[in-house]
Formats: sequence, C-alpha cells, structure tokens
Amino acid sequence: MPLLLANPHSLIEGIIIGSYAIRANHSFIYLRGEVVHIYRRVMKAIEEAYAAGLLGKNILGSGFDLELTLHAGAGAYICGEETALLDSLEGFRGQPRLRPPFPAIAGLYAMPTVVNNVESIASVPAIISNGVEWFQSMGTEKSKGFTLYSLSGHVTNPGQFEAPLGITLREILELAGGVRAGHQLKFWTPGGSSTPMFTAEHLDVPLDYEGVSAAGSMLGTKALQIFDETTCVVRAVLRWVEFYKHESCGKCTPCREGTWWLVQILKELEAGKGTEADLEKLLDLCDNIAGRSFCAFADGAVAPIISSLKYFRAEYILHQSNGGCPFDPVASTLFVTAGA
Amino acid sequence: MTPEQALMAVETVTAVIDGAEITVPKGTLIIRAAEQLGIAIPRFCDHPLLAPVGACRQCLVDVEINGRAFPKPQASCTMPVENGMVVNTQLTSPVAAKAQEGIMEFLLINHPLDCPICDKGGECPLQNQAMSAGRPESRFEGEKRTFEKPINISSQVLLDRERCVLCARCTRFSEEIAGDPFITLNERGALQQVGIYENKPFESYYSGNTVQICPVGALTGASYRFRARPFDLVSVNSACEHCASGCDLRTDIRRNKTLRRLAGDDAEVNQEWNCDKGRWAFKYLTTRERVKTPLVRGADGELHEASWPEAIAAAAAGLKSKRVGVLAGGRLTYEDAYGYAKFARVALGTNDIDFRARPHSDEERDFLAAVALDLNTTYLDIDSADRVVLLSFEPEEESPIVFLRIYHQVRKRELAVITDAPIRSRGSKKLKAHLVNSASEIAGLTANSVIIVGERAAEEAGALSTAVELARSTGAKLAWIPRRAGERGALAAGAIGNLLPGGRPVSDSAARVDLQSAWGVASLPESPGRSTSEILSALKDESLDAVLIGGVDPMDISVDALNQLLNTFVVSLEISHTSVTAIADVVLPVAGVVEKTGSYMDWRGTARHFEKGVEDADLRSDVRILSILADALSTPINLPTVTATVREIESLGQWDGARPTFTKRSAGLIESSEFTLLSWRFLLDLGSLQLGEDNLAGTAKKARAHISSSAAAALGVTESDSVVISSELGSIELPVSICEIADNLIWVPRNSEGSQVIPSLGFTRGSVKVAKK
Repeated sequence: MPLLLANPHSLIEGIIIGSYAIRANHSFIYLRGEVVHIYRRVMKAIEEAYAAGLLGKNILGSGFDLELTLHAGAGAYICGEETALLDSLEGFRGQPRLRPPFPAIAGLYAMPTVVNNVESIASVPAIISNGVEWFQSMGTEKSKGFTLYSLSGHVTNPGQFEAPLGITLREILELAGGVRAGHQLKFWTPGGSSTPMFTAEHLDVPLDYEGVSAAGSMLGTKALQIFDETTCVVRAVLRWVEFYKHESCGKCTPCREGTWWLVQILKELEAGKGTEADLEKLLDLCDNIAGRSFCAFADGAVAPIISSLKYFRAEYILHQSNGGCPFDPVASTLFVTAGA
Repeated sequence: MTPEQALMAVETVTAVIDGAEITVPKGTLIIRAAEQLGIAIPRFCDHPLLAPVGACRQCLVDVEINGRAFPKPQASCTMPVENGMVVNTQLTSPVAAKAQEGIMEFLLINHPLDCPICDKGGECPLQNQAMSAGRPESRFEGEKRTFEKPINISSQVLLDRERCVLCARCTRFSEEIAGDPFITLNERGALQQVGIYENKPFESYYSGNTVQICPVGALTGASYRFRARPFDLVSVNSACEHCASGCDLRTDIRRNKTLRRLAGDDAEVNQEWNCDKGRWAFKYLTTRERVKTPLVRGADGELHEASWPEAIAAAAAGLKSKRVGVLAGGRLTYEDAYGYAKFARVALGTNDIDFRARPHSDEERDFLAAVALDLNTTYLDIDSADRVVLLSFEPEEESPIVFLRIYHQVRKRELAVITDAPIRSRGSKKLKAHLVNSASEIAGLTANSVIIVGERAAEEAGALSTAVELARSTGAKLAWIPRRAGERGALAAGAIGNLLPGGRPVSDSAARVDLQSAWGVASLPESPGRSTSEILSALKDESLDAVLIGGVDPMDISVDALNQLLNTFVVSLEISHTSVTAIADVVLPVAGVVEKTGSYMDWRGTARHFEKGVEDADLRSDVRILSILADALSTPINLPTVTATVREIESLGQWDGARPTFTKRSAGLIESSEFTLLSWRFLLDLGSLQLGEDNLAGTAKKARAHISSSAAAALGVTESDSVVISSELGSIELPVSICEIADNLIWVPRNSEGSQVIPSLGFTRGSVKVAKK
C-alpha cells in the first residue's frame, strides 16, 4: 500500500513495459475496494499516464495500444487467488476456478491472461533502467534482487522496508527500531498469517525463498507480523483462524466446514475448556484439511495452528491447567500505558 | 463406421487403478474409469452429465504419473486418466481412505440429524456414503450451523439449507443443462447457500431434475414431501404421456397410488432428465372428476350409473347399423389407437376416423400419409446437425426434451438454430435462435441440417409443403414433432381417414387386401375417411348418425365442436368428466397411464413401453373395451388385451408398398388486417392432464399479450396497461408485454389462465381487434 501511495507510477510503468513484452492490449489492476484513498491515488496516476500519452492508442507513436483498467474488488481475501480474482473481475463471486485451463491459456473472459503480483510488476522499471546485473547484484545466490518487507505488530517503527532478499529479521528490526520498547520477540510470521510462524530462534534466518523454506516456513507475502511476550499465542491463532473462517469462499468442503470447526475448538481451548486430546484432534483435523482443499487457502488456515503447536504446545496446555487464558489481553495492545 | 470401429479410432490411454490395468478413451476422468472397473469412489458434486467442478473433495485418490507421485491426494472427478498413471483409491491407499473419511466427517458436522423425517432418507447418497466412507462416530461436539427450514424457492421446490452439502449440482444443472440460472450460490464460507434472486422464484420447466440429482434432502418436491419412505415404494418402468419427446420415466407407487415420478435413463432420448410436467402432472387421474363406473343416459335425459353389460348393450344399440364417426384423440396409446382404427374399419365399416383433436388441414393429412411415416430423424441427428430449423415449433413449450438436446449443442458448439416464430421466446433466446419471417429466408442448409416442423404447421396453408420442399431441395433431415404423446402412434396405427394400420394407404387396393386377409374380414371401406372437422360437420348436418369419442376436448378443435355433438348419439371413452361426457349417451370409463400397460410412440416413431403399476379392476384399456363393444356388435376385432394387440400389430408389420404422393400446396394469402393473432401453448397451462397439481400450476408462465413497441405506442399502452383483444365471438383481456414482433401481429398463449383463445376468440390464429383496456 505505501508503494501505491508513494509511487503508483512505478506500477503503471511496469504494466506498460510488461504488456508491451507480452503483446497485451488491455491490463487490469485489481485492488481491494476498502482502500478508497489508494484507489483514488492510483486512478489519478492512471489519468496522468493517459494524459501524457503513455496509455491509450499508439503510445508514443510506437503503434502499441494499451488500455489500463483499475478495478475495485468488494473485499474478499480469496480474490488474491489468481483465478478467484479473474472470476471477481468478471463480475462473479470470487471463487477459485478449476485448472486446467490455466489463466495463461484461458483466463479473463477466456482470453490468455498473465496474473502478476503488484510488487513484481512495480520492480520492472528499476530493472529496465539499471540493468539485470544491477538487480542481480542484490539478494542471495538463488533469490536475487530486492523486495518489500512489511513490518507490523509490536515494532517501534512499523512499515514497509525495501531490502535485498536474504536480509534477516534481526537486521530489519534494527532498521525498524526494534521490538516494542521493554519487550522481547515471542513469535512472528515470515510471510503473513498463512505461513508457519517463527520464534526468536529464527531471528537470523535469511529471509529469501530458500532460507525460509529450509527453516520450515514460506517467504509468502513478506508480511512480517511481530508479536512480543505479552501476546497469547492461542488467542492470536484463534483470531487468525476466525479470519480464515470468515474469508473461506465456501466452494470446497474441507475449507468451508473445517474452518467452522477449528474456530469452535480453538475457542474452547482459549477458554481453558479443552483437553490434550483436543490438541490431537486439532492436529488431525488440520491433516484432513491441508492438501485436501480446492485451493491453497485452507493450507494457510491451518499453518498457524500446526506451527504454534510445534513451538508453544506448553502454552496450550497452560490454558487448560490454568482454567483459562493466563495472559492479560490489554497488555498486548499498542495503546497500553507504559509499564502495564 | 461401426461402433466398434469408431471406438478403435478414438485415442485411448492406459492406466492402473488399484492394481488393475484399464484402457479408456483419452479424456476419461479417473472416477469414470474406476467405475468401469467396479470401483466406486464416493462423490457428491460429480455428475456424469455436468461439467467437473471438484468442489466437494469427497473423491480424493492418490495419483502418480510415470513414477512421480502427486504430493497430495487428487480429486478423481476432475483429473483425466493419462498414460503411465497409477491410481490408488480408498481401497488401496490409506492416505486416500483417510482423506475421504476426513471429508465425510466435515460434511456431516453441519448436516442435521433429521434423516428419520427426510424424504431422501433411504435413497440418500450422503447416508449411503457416510456408511461406506465415513467414521462410525463423529468427533464434532460444537454448534451446528442452522437455517430456517424449509423455504420455497418455487411453489413446487423446497430448499432445506441445513441439509445442503453445497455440491452445486442443482445450480450447475440449471445453468448448463436447462439454461435457467434462476438459482445460484450466495454468501460465502459455511454460510454459503443456494438461493434465488429477489422476487424471482425458481420457475424453470426443468426444476424437478434438481430435486432428483440433489445428493441429500436439501431440495425436495412440495407434492411428495413426507408422503413416503423410498423403501415403501413400488417402482415401475414408465413412459411419459405428456408430449412426444419420449422420456423414459420411473413411476413410484405406494398403496396402489402414484406418489412420484422420476426421470429414467435413456442416453438416446432424455439422458437422465425430464420436464416438470412429466414429473409432477399425474394427479389428473385421481381428481374428483374421475369416472370409474359406466354411465348411460336414461329416459329422463340424465346420466345414470350402469353395469358394464348394460352400458355395452346401450352403446352397441346406438351404434348398430349407424353411420358413425370416430374421434380418437391424440393422447391414446399406440395399442389403444390401433383398437380405434380397427374398430372403425371392422365394427363400424368406415374410414371416418381422425386422431387430430386440434386445428388441422387436408394438407397435413396428405403430409402424414405421404411423408411423416418415413421420417427417421432422431435425437442423434440433432447432436450432429450443422443447423436446426424450427418451423411452427417452439421446443421448450411443445417438446421440452427436444429443447434440452438442441440447447446442449448450442452451448457445446454454438449450433445454429433458425426459427420462424413470430416472437423471440425465452426458449429462442436461450438457443440464440435466428428469427426469420418466412422459410424463404432460410439459407445454408445441408444434408447435415435438421428441419423440425411442429403440428401448428397445419394451421398455416402451405407451411408443411414449404418444409417438405426445403428438406428435399437441401437434403436436410426432416422431423415432424406433434405436441401430444399419442399422435405419432395413432398415425402408425391408422387412426386417420387416409391410412390403415402400418402405413397402408386406404386408396391402395393391394394394401386393403393385405389387411383384409390379416384381419380375416371380407372387405374394408374403400373411400378415404373424413377428417375431424368433416366428421363434426357431418354430425351436425346428419350425414353421420353417431360418434365414438376417445379422450377429446372439443375446445381444442373449435368453439363449435361441442355444439356439433349435441344432437347425435355420443359414446365417450374417458378417464374423467368432461364437456363430452356431460352430453354423451354412453360413458365408458377407461384406464390411465399406470393403470394399464401400453406404449406411446415418440416423435422418432419409437414405441416407449410403460408398465401397469396401479391395480383397479374397474378400469380397462380402451382397446379392451372396444373389443368387448365389437363383440356386442357381432363384428369382433379380437383384441382382448394390450398384449394381444401388441402381437397383432407386430405380426401385421409395416406396408412396404408405395406411399401416396404428396401434392404441394401454395401458401395462403396473408390477410391484411390491423392485427393478426398468433398463439401456441405454454408447457404448463390449463391442459386437462395438469389438473389437480397446484404446486406445478404455481410455476406456469403468466399470460401476457405480446406486441411491438410501435404497436404499443399506436395503442397508447405501456407494459403496465392491459389490452382487450376481440373477435366476432368474444374477447380476452391481458396485460401488455412489449417485444420484438411485427407491428401487425399480436401473440398470446393459447390455453393459459386468462388467455384461452379458442373459447374466447374462436380460433388459434386470425384477425383480431386490439384496444387499450
């Protein structure tokens, strides 16, 4: 989002170059409908590009035509899945499509379609201007170049950090002023809530595709959510799974019914009403959901459960022996007064 | 190419499923290939006639291709078999078995435990597969999702959202097969549900199929709800009496009463579908108007109940040595129609018989004798046609399975459809039909094209001639599709004035002699018989003395028809009290469709057999009664049972001599009037075979008068106004619908609530006055 607010033209320029490369004459930007301020800014930028003759018919006398449409979605997480995005763009409810055919064969309106991440496309102008060698001079051996790391949660200065691939969380936290003052890192996600969580022992894992994968998670969206020791991991996982239940599109059984069930079990566990057998059931349900669903959404939904049980099983059991959550939820809020 | 050679020409692939090698045509899905090996992979969303969707995930299996295993189980309903594939189903893979068990457990957590009161209980794929692929006990201890239950999504389909497993079979059927996407999935996640659009009920002619293919009890039929358990039902194979499509049906009977009908499987005809009329319109046999005892008009002028011997004697006395006409309606079975045809010739000594209880013409009679019997077009010709031409034929209203077949090809390969209909009906819109004003505008037909001409062609002079000429000049295949189920069989049985059974022309002495010897009679009447309208006028002017009527509503023929019967001796064979039984001298009750055996000949000329399911000693088939009556007249026709009739028809065979030649007629002059009224029947209307089924009637289309926008402007009306349409006889008043239609035409439904054109206006097409109400 900060990228789109600060420099939407990098995206538009990337789209123009990319479209020229694949001979596409119509491109779409699919944006969540809730972020109206960003929609306005990107729309303005597109208008400016048209006014400058960089979009439309016969761009700069090249004979190349390109229309660019900005589309505001209606707020569904699943529309980040490329085929659900295409359905939504066509005016249907966002639900993933059966593949094959893949979008590159029959995508939007059954036309060959390339679906790319905004970040990838926005990096194109810099690569074109500075050259491949410049881009490859950054990053690690297999994950080359730079990327955007989005830091949120218990961090002194949250925000987006552009950095070479392979940087560690320890280094990024230095750039961000560290974990909330007076607190220590407890757990974090390397690539958003759908990637298995890490703990303080992973502070030096290189944040590139291979490094994160080797440590048992995924680089994903590079949304680094930071949680300090005031946070109840059971509560955090419940919140995440509630989100996935709310966002499940409903198309396939394991995701639709599984998330409905997982939330109920996690609520019981958080309230201290669970048993150790419930933890085994929870893991077995995750096993019946992961890899059984229509798209990868459900894999993401169970990732926080499995990984939290791997690192914090004792904390789940503590809820049971304590007869409820041992944490003060206010302590983890950002508006908590100092020393609380 | 023989079917075997055709199979050889298909590219095949070979794979191993649960250790057994199988070779299947390329593109075959794993789940289908497994079926061929007798391996039943559990499934809900999968349906062989619907596009794969992979939504329920119940059919997960382990797959590897050339030694490389997929990391997770795959949906066998979406993945085609490939060479070198090794599939392990739940039978051989613990991973697949656990995956399936897990999915089944998920499906059940939100499913209510109301099996004991659910219509589907006992024939439920969810119940059955929960037993075969599920856990013995659920681990779910939480709260189930609840909804208000059930809700009506039309007057005849109820939706119980709690029971729904969201397989989307119903919504996919409605869109892919029927072309009526009136139901859709709404909301998301566990709150996802089937729904209708606001104030737009699920009024598709094919909605009943969704009840049948629903793998749980989420969709149920209002008329069958709570009536029976599947294991209480006795099922008989059946054929549909409602139209000439020829659907295979299954009739389910409990305690000697028909409770429901389901579409049967016939890949070459209805596949696994039928229309709502065929599914739900069967209560006409159990209304209060049903006649089960013979009636004889007494000296007091009233009808009195009589014994069979009394009634037969009264009928015989009235017919003996009289000049009698026979009106054998278009709803008779093949065997019954044969009985009427033989009775007319042998017992009454006349060719005055006609099955056409509707507007008809001499051109049509010649067409039927000379052309129709030799037509051998089938549904498969539609499947491979390059163009389909519809002349005086509205498939969705007049032969719904023909519509589904054409629609399937339109969806699949954009089959070109051309129609001479005056308005673009909803059916025409779905078929993306190209409308032409006259057949002369039709171009591009080849020997691969199919021309379908409907019974309404008889209402327009020259229309059948045009169809025949179009087929002859282009080599296109011709089909004649009448609306009623019995017409094609009645034609083959010789229930018409110019043809004897088996297509023997009355005018051909060799054909007569052939039949004489087969029937063992000395002579057969030589002069061609009168048509329906000629029989009626002859009764009026007393050149005929009496009439034998089987299942005819005079108002289907003309407004005068009933009056023409008033002063003559009438023997009526009927299932229910009608305007004819009210004036008849003798009423002989007959059995309906499941109360006897018999067959209907569909438009292709194939006899579709149905079995007896309801026993009623008082009810006999028409042919049995006619045989008794012929004995009483001392002119036996020797057709004591339907089986004997079938044997006689078979031994008689088809006439292999020449057909009469068809003389082309020229087109009639187009009357120049301010407004010409045109009409056809809606599938669901006031038809007598739909009596007694209010839930079905609730989904009938509402009648509106269709006029062009400029005609509306000239009349000063909008769609919120009504118009009065009047002829010399009377008038009808209907709300206006503005559509694409010639400015001097007005279209109305023929026999719907508020729009019964023959009783009100006196004709089905003709000059009318139209004014703003």
